[in-house]
Amino acid sequence: MSTISNLFGNTTARRGIGSLIGFVIIWHIGAMIDDWTGYDLLGIGLVPPPGDVFAAFLGVIPKAGYWMSWVSSFSRVVTGFLVAMIIGIPFGLMLAVNRYFRGIFFPPFEILRPIPPLAWVPASLIFWPTNEMSIAFVTFLGAFFTIVINVLGGARSIDISYLRAAQSMGATQFDLFWKIVLPGTLPSIFTGAAVGMGITWEVVLAAEMISGGGTQGGGGLGFFIWNSYMGGSLEQIVVGMISIGIAGYLCSSAIRKIGYYFMPWRRLF
Amino acid sequence: MNPNKTATKTSESKNAKKLESARVEMKGVSKSYGEDWDAEEVIKNISVDFPAGELTVIVGPSGCGKSTLVNLLAGFEKPDTGQVTIDGEIVTGPAKDRMVVFQETALIPWQTTLENVTFGPKMRGDKQGASLNKEAEELLIKVGLGEFMHKYPIQLSGGMQRRAELARALINEPTVMIMDEPFRGLDAMSRSLMQEFFLQLFEENQKTNIFVTSEIDEAIFLADNLVILSNKPTTVQTVIKIDLPRPRNYKMLTSAKAFKYRKQAMELLHGEAMKSFAVSK
Repeated sequence: MSTISNLFGNTTARRGIGSLIGFVIIWHIGAMIDDWTGYDLLGIGLVPPPGDVFAAFLGVIPKAGYWMSWVSSFSRVVTGFLVAMIIGIPFGLMLAVNRYFRGIFFPPFEILRPIPPLAWVPASLIFWPTNEMSIAFVTFLGAFFTIVINVLGGARSIDISYLRAAQSMGATQFDLFWKIVLPGTLPSIFTGAAVGMGITWEVVLAAEMISGGGTQGGGGLGFFIWNSYMGGSLEQIVVGMISIGIAGYLCSSAIRKIGYYFMPWRRLF
Repeated sequence: MNPNKTATKTSESKNAKKLESARVEMKGVSKSYGEDWDAEEVIKNISVDFPAGELTVIVGPSGCGKSTLVNLLAGFEKPDTGQVTIDGEIVTGPAKDRMVVFQETALIPWQTTLENVTFGPKMRGDKQGASLNKEAEELLIKVGLGEFMHKYPIQLSGGMQRRAELARALINEPTVMIMDEPFRGLDAMSRSLMQEFFLQLFEENQKTNIFVTSEIDEAIFLADNLVILSNKPTTVQTVIKIDLPRPRNYKMLTSAKAFKYRKQAMELLHGEAMKSFAVSK
């Protein structure tokens, strides 16, 4: 009881819960208006009411297959995302600090960057030996370009007076990198990570639908939605969609938490 | 540990904050920007002397290349011709003997005030650990930031940030302090408080100070020598010796002498400002 009253005592939590309840009510009205008045509400006439979706949700929760979809989508997103971070951050920093490196690698990077990750799907399905690898590769691409561009932009926009001040106090190139450039780029790294994570979810879903991941390993949430569509279960489609919403929310709050931990000076505004 | 080093350190701390100062000279310094065919001459053949242990203020019309002058003195940029020397030694790059306090705050945002102050000695490794922290804390208390040591720069007011920067510069025991319009952007009240505080600090230490500003009153209040610059390409118009007693206070600004200096400076600067105004029209 006390935890609930605490929850409702907090203004932010109260607003959040209120807005979610409001959203569900509007959804319910939109879905039921046909039954009540005989008139379809344009566009959302066929959306299942929240009660039915909730029932479908309860229906899939005990099923192992549903959770397997979570696990496989999550592991693809995390793999692609982590690889993109591990390669993208040093790559972006190198582009920022080294003129020669930038001269060599920036032009091809800029030509590859505008290609949408999904355009890579057919080529990577052919190129990579397994479906799993090609999906991971496409997810990686989704996050990689965004992370690199953010890191590059962030590192290049560090105020030169910090570098000058550090230099005149005797900092070496090594110190300048670790004490000024890297911490100065952290905010952009986390922005890139948050945006990149969003793109990763978009890409993984689409890749799962296209590749029909069911043949090898778990299908993932994308395939779950596609399967529900093929089976004509409208409620389950919405269940899949909401699942992705929750998954994405979990990922971005994890990134926020990590950013909060690593950037104490940003907690103040 | 080198025993000699420890010996000099204790003697340094014994005679308190009396630090060495150096004489800075610019000889025939010119600086242009841009390609040869499109070069803009910013500084033209400047020769000026900054005597050791004195406070020399540079004033000039806005946009005249004062910051370029600072960059040359600090060693962030190299002159095209001529040279900058410190006690006869030619400046080739930035070094800890010349500390710059910048126009906008250059406190590192991801370090607390204390970390900012200890940054230089830590980077060079010439002071460390508890004794460094203690020295930094003492300095911060002296500039009135004792309670703000563990705050980040963004949590400090404008005036506090400038004082933190002063502390960060002083801990490096520079022989020359270069101040590039350090109090710009402060409100009038904090500005005059900072001027008094800065003067008090200077009068205690008598370190060579080069102070750039565009405010004539500030310049006269602080200076031993007043260097008046011209418009671009910048040259030295005059050097006025400001013969007001130290320690100074604000009342001296209303004296007949100060009024005479102000009139002289105003006339020179006004003429220059009118020229640039006419050009931009």
